[in-house]
Amino acid sequence: MSEILQESAAQLGARLTAGELSSVELTTACLDQIERVDPRVRAFLYVDAERALSSAAGVDQRRAAGAELGPLAGVPLAMKDIFTMTGAPTTCGSRILEGWIPPYNSTITQRVLDAGIVVLGKTNMDEFAMGSSTENSGFFATHNPWDNDRIPGGSGGGSAAALASFEAPLALGTDTGGSIRQPASVTGTVGVKPTYGTTSRYGVVAMASSLDTPGPCAREVGDAALLHQVMAGWDRRDSTSINAAMPDVVAAAQAADVRGMKIAVVRELGGEGYQPGVQQRFAEALEVLSELGAVITEVSCPSFDYALGAYYLIMPSEVSSNLARFDAMRYGLRLGDDGVNSVEDVMNLTRGSGFGAEAKRRIILGTYALSAGYYDAYYGSAQKVRTLITRDFEAAFTQADVLVSPTTPTTAFRLGERVDDPLAMYKADLCTIPSNLAGNCAMSVPSGLSPDDGLPTGFQIMAPALADDRLYRVGAALEAALKDRWGQPLLQGLASSDAGSYLVSEGER
Amino acid sequence: MALTTSDVARLGALARIRLTEAELQQLAPQLEVILQAVATVSQAVGPDTPATSHAVPLRNVFRADEVEPSLPTQAVLAAAPSVEDGRFRVPRILGEEA
Repeated sequence: MSEILQESAAQLGARLTAGELSSVELTTACLDQIERVDPRVRAFLYVDAERALSSAAGVDQRRAAGAELGPLAGVPLAMKDIFTMTGAPTTCGSRILEGWIPPYNSTITQRVLDAGIVVLGKTNMDEFAMGSSTENSGFFATHNPWDNDRIPGGSGGGSAAALASFEAPLALGTDTGGSIRQPASVTGTVGVKPTYGTTSRYGVVAMASSLDTPGPCAREVGDAALLHQVMAGWDRRDSTSINAAMPDVVAAAQAADVRGMKIAVVRELGGEGYQPGVQQRFAEALEVLSELGAVITEVSCPSFDYALGAYYLIMPSEVSSNLARFDAMRYGLRLGDDGVNSVEDVMNLTRGSGFGAEAKRRIILGTYALSAGYYDAYYGSAQKVRTLITRDFEAAFTQADVLVSPTTPTTAFRLGERVDDPLAMYKADLCTIPSNLAGNCAMSVPSGLSPDDGLPTGFQIMAPALADDRLYRVGAALEAALKDRWGQPLLQGLASSDAGSYLVSEGER
Repeated sequence: MALTTSDVARLGALARIRLTEAELQQLAPQLEVILQAVATVSQAVGPDTPATSHAVPLRNVFRADEVEPSLPTQAVLAAAPSVEDGRFRVPRILGEEA
């Protein structure tokens, strides 16, 4: 593996700016790595080498001509296949959209392209972002770079795996119940769910509109901040976009200072059902933050116990409505159009065949939760729980600057382990869901390797709405202190281990 | 209250998803387990708890009513499953024979 593949996006950006490295050189290195390791990791659904190299060459030319470019211009990125981009297929991991070439760019795609970031391709995901393992992809499962028999998390497992296998230094994700943070946790990478409404949903295939939040994925906290800055901002095309000043997340990551900050552990997000090694690394991270000058306390958020239940009513209800658009009429798959079948028959056949098991499960669940006679008990109660969770957050944030928990209760489980047990799969999002329901921001940052199985564990930081800078302040401080303790970043450890030897070419071992 | 396969078939019809017999057999007990787990939400709330539909306060958003170019017809139709005379072609919509 070329040495530049292990460098941070910030370093690469600086070297590109200084003219020490060309974007074509860097993009070629990423494409070579994809060609070598992706048959094993399977992070990408689609790679367009020609397009990536041509946009890299364009950035190099603009730079050579003296243009002022942003800090990430020329740096490659892996895009979750939920963002529309012209000239490339967007499947959202579903057979029902196979081969669809969107006629427009999502706002975030446009922002990324305008920043000169080089898109390598589209990454694998659970169908319509529904899942915690990528096993619900309509195409294939992605493998965890740390142990290829294990899940890379989901729904954004492709983006997380692309980072952890050094195929790309940056990636895009979306987080509806944990789809950025849980994959980050189980792959030893960084993932951020920004405050709801600060990153545009325009052109992002909708799953549950009141929860869906695009966000940055990276190997380092500072890189996530740089990408966050590119992504965030008011968008007139998104009716729920917040027109407010965003805190300076890049400066916060650079400050990396937690002295005097009040950090509270959420009592309900731990204990029974949490892997001992995950809890151990979480406790150690708290010690580190305490040594750095933070004040560690504990808070109780009793209604978080009902968050999973509320989420699995609200989300499927929104899913059943949002996915009604896949009606086989204007785009996507159409089956049974034989001149005899009615439009309804064609819809029934197309949706029956085009959606995978989990998408069907959630659509049916949502249809039930919204149906007459059940609405009050299910959807209505879930919306009330949402109020209670928001109130718990508000009360907790009067006592602490940020709240913390493990990102997910366990390390990466084995592929196939939870496929037939949907409820077990859903529990992977136990700690991440509350922030989606309340709309505040949260980050997962690596906290080490679990001593019981040697796999990555994640530390979740939650901050109030529009206080995304606090995530970066705490995340960067923890990252720097742990790196000193480990002697190197977690992922460099993977690259130099036996388990990760496939990531390095033979000549370099 | 147990969810039967015929309940699931009815929900499938409402959602315009044709489910096979095998899918109905698998979905009914799975949905039952999920519904039991999520039903706990009704214990947590009282009649006076206000509902939240959205994390941030929503208000209607208007933009200036200005004419802008739309997506090119060709680009949109290129993605359609079936096209006729520059329009989407759809199957018959009425119940009787076409």
